[in-house]
Amino acid sequence: MAGIPHDHYEPTTGAEKWLHRRLPIVALLYDTLMIPTPKNLNWMWIWGIVLTFCLALQIITGVVLAMHYTPEVSMAFASIEHIMRDVNGGHMLRYLHMNGGSLFFFAVYAHIFRGLYYGSYKEPREVTWIIGVLIFVLMMGTAFMGYVLPWGQMSFWGATVITGLFGAIPFIGDAIQTWLLGGPAVDNATLNRFFSLHYLLPFMIAALVVVHIWAFHTTGNSNPTGVEVRRSSKEVAEKDTLPFWPFYVIKDVFALVVILAVFFAVVGFMPNYLGHPDNYIEANPLVTPAHIVPEWYFLPFYAILRAFTGEVWVVQIASFLTAGIIDAKFFGVLAMFGSIGVLALVPWLDISKVRSGRYRPMFKWWFALLVLDFVFLMWLGAQPAEGIYATMSLIGTGYWFGYFLIILPLLGVYEKPLPQPETIEADFEAHKPKANGTAGAADAAPAE
Amino acid sequence: MIRKITLSSLTALGLAVAGPVWAAGGEAHVEDFSFSFEGPFGTYDQMQLQRGLQVYTEVCSACHGLQYVPFRSLGYDGGPHLPEDQVRAYAEFFEVFDADLDDFRAAIPTDYYPTSSLENAPDLSMMAKARAGFHGPIGLGINQFFKGMGGPEYIASLLAGYTGEEKEEFGTVFYENTAFPGGWIAMAPPLFGDDVEYEDGSSTEIEDVSQDVAAFLMWTAEPQLNARKEVGFIAVVFLIVLSVLLYLTNKRLWAPIKKGSKATAGE
Repeated sequence: MAGIPHDHYEPTTGAEKWLHRRLPIVALLYDTLMIPTPKNLNWMWIWGIVLTFCLALQIITGVVLAMHYTPEVSMAFASIEHIMRDVNGGHMLRYLHMNGGSLFFFAVYAHIFRGLYYGSYKEPREVTWIIGVLIFVLMMGTAFMGYVLPWGQMSFWGATVITGLFGAIPFIGDAIQTWLLGGPAVDNATLNRFFSLHYLLPFMIAALVVVHIWAFHTTGNSNPTGVEVRRSSKEVAEKDTLPFWPFYVIKDVFALVVILAVFFAVVGFMPNYLGHPDNYIEANPLVTPAHIVPEWYFLPFYAILRAFTGEVWVVQIASFLTAGIIDAKFFGVLAMFGSIGVLALVPWLDISKVRSGRYRPMFKWWFALLVLDFVFLMWLGAQPAEGIYATMSLIGTGYWFGYFLIILPLLGVYEKPLPQPETIEADFEAHKPKANGTAGAADAAPAE
Repeated sequence: MIRKITLSSLTALGLAVAGPVWAAGGEAHVEDFSFSFEGPFGTYDQMQLQRGLQVYTEVCSACHGLQYVPFRSLGYDGGPHLPEDQVRAYAEFFEVFDADLDDFRAAIPTDYYPTSSLENAPDLSMMAKARAGFHGPIGLGINQFFKGMGGPEYIASLLAGYTGEEKEEFGTVFYENTAFPGGWIAMAPPLFGDDVEYEDGSSTEIEDVSQDVAAFLMWTAEPQLNARKEVGFIAVVFLIVLSVLLYLTNKRLWAPIKKGSKATAGE
């Protein structure tokens, strides 16, 4: 494998040699597991393992749930109740799957913001980053379609609202919406195809995860300093790195178990806390819920979608320039997809030569504001889109786009970065806990 | 009897039409009752579930249904836990439609409760979870987290929340209720106090009866609550122990790498 020089697998026994000549699978596993990993990774580098676990958890629980679920509008809701009441362990399977989605998104947001702070998206890791954005988009699609399957009120009306977004596309919107739904409205055809796709997409995600890992195993992991591993020889590389097994496997599994303890407390003691009560009412096309609210992990993007009304001057200008083709609704849809799209462009929007936010004194504050903005938008997504909330949503949305499209490029020009350590080894030595017991900088102890 | 007639003739707009409780913002008042099944270790009180079953059977079932609840589950551990012969005898009081006979017949334990007898009386199987949303204060959901407030509180508050005021709009009578979003509900007051006679001599004050039936409806919505909390508890304890072991393993593993750290000494 290209990348950091390290020991490779050598078959020793006769059987190993026999297999290796025909299928070097042991070598693949060995080289993947023993990959040299920067020795200064902090606790924000654990989310990859958590995410891998989530994908496995969702696929395993999901496959079993699918054995008992009926994707038919008159039976779907009842089949979920059957799982909750009569399938052995069914209530746990379903609550694990439901809350597993929340853990999945919590972890992916931590993972994404980690990447944004430490500049993990920068050259040469752009491909890793873009595949990550694709995985995120597929996750959103999978989660959205999965939420429709219980066929509760929020399932039905969420599906109606979100597929309606495609109806906002000028000229061809209605045709696309009908094609997506399989009919003029959300109905049995919609439920069936959503079930099929909800089963399919996780396997596409799994395939992309393999590519994601392949890509960063080629470039090597990013790390909190943003300084590259020296790779002139194996000996030099070993000063900056440790093999993934056992050092990071044990560390990551420890972090995973701590997170799972919290996760199981949520599943066991308050499994419906993150859900919406309306989804325990069977879907009824004749009764619209007072507020249609998506799951918590979609709220920031939902707030961006709703931020643009016909009264916003940006919308009015866009509408004027395009002779009314772009109306407020379509503008909102473009903004929502654009808010994810800017993530894909960030490797080229951030022109600063310094990767890690640790050595970027101005960037740090703008980044902190972006995290706050994300939480702010999440809260706004759950509020009614009127009055003061509408104005606040606009401000929040403005900052989201402003950060990526204006602040990041400007910082690259105007910011004076702090000096970076020469090597990862130097950083690691500098942050070692001292013999007298006082630790170095608090943020860089790789394994406390 | 008068009560049943009132209910069946006047329930024009049920709870289902009115939408979630938080829709009305701050006006509706939900009392923070203390239920036995709140908190990580709370479980159902079997005696309370049996009392609630009695209230449901004698009062609510006149109009409402429990279509997702099979009679057999009344005998399950973690629920009212009635003896098998009682479950069988109880089921016979209900008539269910049998597609094979093309006629109604007395229910047996494997049947489900009938659906609502009135179009606008919503099914109550899931009501305690369908009304769980207390998103306050300022939309943060903290009340639900810290006070354990949810659907059962709402149901008990609603049943005990009638003020006695009535008004008629477009031929429908609405009753003022302090817990109902909007303040006026189409369901006539189902409870007045002393509506049932408990065998165990428990209080039949309206607040107590309301809580009993609310607890029963929480059970119909979440029959596996006791089992779930048990699994959750075992899992959390196991994971905490495992995390301590992994913490120590990790510390030991990294000690030589972080030489100079005091972690190397004496472990």
